[in-house]
Amino acid sequence: MALTRREFLKWVSAGAGASALAGCETPSSTGETRAGAGRVVVIGGGYGGATAAKYVKLWAPEIDVVVVERDAHFISCPISNLVLAGNTTMQDITMSRETLTRRGVRLVRDEAVAIDASRREVRLARGAALPYDRLIVSPGVDFIYDKLPGLRAAGAQQRILHAWKAGEQTVALRKQLEAMRDGGVYVLHIPLAPYRCPPGPYERVCQVADYFKRTKPKSKILVLDTNPDITSKKGLFLAEWNGQYKGMIEYRPNSELEDVDAKSMTLKLTFDSVKGDVLNVVPPHRAGDIARQAGLITANQRWCGIDWITAESVAVKGIHVLGDATLSAPAMPKSASMANQHGKLCAAAVIALLKGQPVNPDPVIMNTCYSFVSGKSAMHVTSIHHYDAAQKTLVPVKGAGGVSGKSSEVEAAYAWGWARNIWADTLA
Amino acid sequence: MKPSILSALAVSAAACSFLPPAHAQQPNAGRTLAAACFTCHGTAGNSVGGVPPPLAGRASAELFQTMKDFQSGKRPATIMHQQAKGYSDAQLQSIAAYFASVKPSPAVPSAKP
Repeated sequence: MALTRREFLKWVSAGAGASALAGCETPSSTGETRAGAGRVVVIGGGYGGATAAKYVKLWAPEIDVVVVERDAHFISCPISNLVLAGNTTMQDITMSRETLTRRGVRLVRDEAVAIDASRREVRLARGAALPYDRLIVSPGVDFIYDKLPGLRAAGAQQRILHAWKAGEQTVALRKQLEAMRDGGVYVLHIPLAPYRCPPGPYERVCQVADYFKRTKPKSKILVLDTNPDITSKKGLFLAEWNGQYKGMIEYRPNSELEDVDAKSMTLKLTFDSVKGDVLNVVPPHRAGDIARQAGLITANQRWCGIDWITAESVAVKGIHVLGDATLSAPAMPKSASMANQHGKLCAAAVIALLKGQPVNPDPVIMNTCYSFVSGKSAMHVTSIHHYDAAQKTLVPVKGAGGVSGKSSEVEAAYAWGWARNIWADTLA
Repeated sequence: MKPSILSALAVSAAACSFLPPAHAQQPNAGRTLAAACFTCHGTAGNSVGGVPPPLAGRASAELFQTMKDFQSGKRPATIMHQQAKGYSDAQLQSIAAYFASVKPSPAVPSAKP
């Protein structure tokens, strides 16, 4: 693992690293008084937070916008499954946030460790506290290991990877797959929904199958799904698994994970145990740590309830929550596309609230997710979500949305176009 | 005003004490709706190139008719027919008018170095 980490750092420093740091202010330079139009502080520079920061500044340049982000690089989860198959590279999914500074957004490379909602300030691990008028928290997810003690043993998380946050783990899982013998078994365990990116696990299965088919054709894939069935694009994924990957994939629904043993490379299920050459366990998630610290989690000790007109927390006034950390509205996936759209909904609301203007009472947002089933073929799922005043939440528009008829190379071109545009819309 | 709108307002008003009346004109209503399109078609409809196409500066009537043709199936699509059905005529007109009002940008910033 030390080797993997070193190599990870090597390509990071060779890539966009230098320019990313150039755009950062030192934390001590940002603790001064708030400007007259107000200050918005954003915790987290992922799809939700970066988009919100960009759009507050774009639509209301007089508002001071500060993003607190601990990681040097933006590494995209969407498209990262293609890295596992060698169908794209880490460089292709790694970006700098420096482009945000060209919009006038200030970047503080630090970690938010606490939120004091009564004083309206964010405490940082290293720099001076940041005062805010409105706070946007977009922390993504952290994993729940409580019920998987074997994954808490020393070194276990380096042997049994999740690769569900793109970055170091993506590189490490790729290396495990490369090192695996032909004829080996790759096992993917999927947590109970809701989890980040509903079609993501099934896309990963296709990508690993694509890699095995090309280079290790005797190898098998075992999919252990806690859910009772494939949770997204079922027919489309089954068409691939029973078509171009026929005989390579075994799918077992209702496979709840009781524990793991990293030493013997065993997954313990309720009724049996499964061994594999590469074990890939995606643990259940909850809203990121800072959301828990700040008392923003309101549902099931996992997710942050928000008002879908403003994205403001139902628990703490003046704090807005975006992206995967939110208690999803009905039929709303936890996706990059949704986080990007939450960011714009929230930016418009925050500007209106700071200026005393009317908040849009009827927001409409749209989800678009592509899944690659090989290196050159993709398919989509899309839905439109509008505010329902009676239900007081966003609900899918009836009769709209849907999935691809079948995967295609044409949609792969659209999927890459989606990626390049959402990256630019979020960061540039 | 419908009771359901009133109750929604009550919730919002609890979260933000200075929410103005619902009948107040929404500034930038078209832009706010169109922002959902930016994810794939680029910020303000200026895409980074290739597909999906840029929408900035396209004629309002043409954009509106294209969406209606996606809705009816007259114009074939991979995904737009499913998305166009999510919007009313008034919303589509508002979105089309917004994109028509935006200047096409010759150099769209990319997130990639």
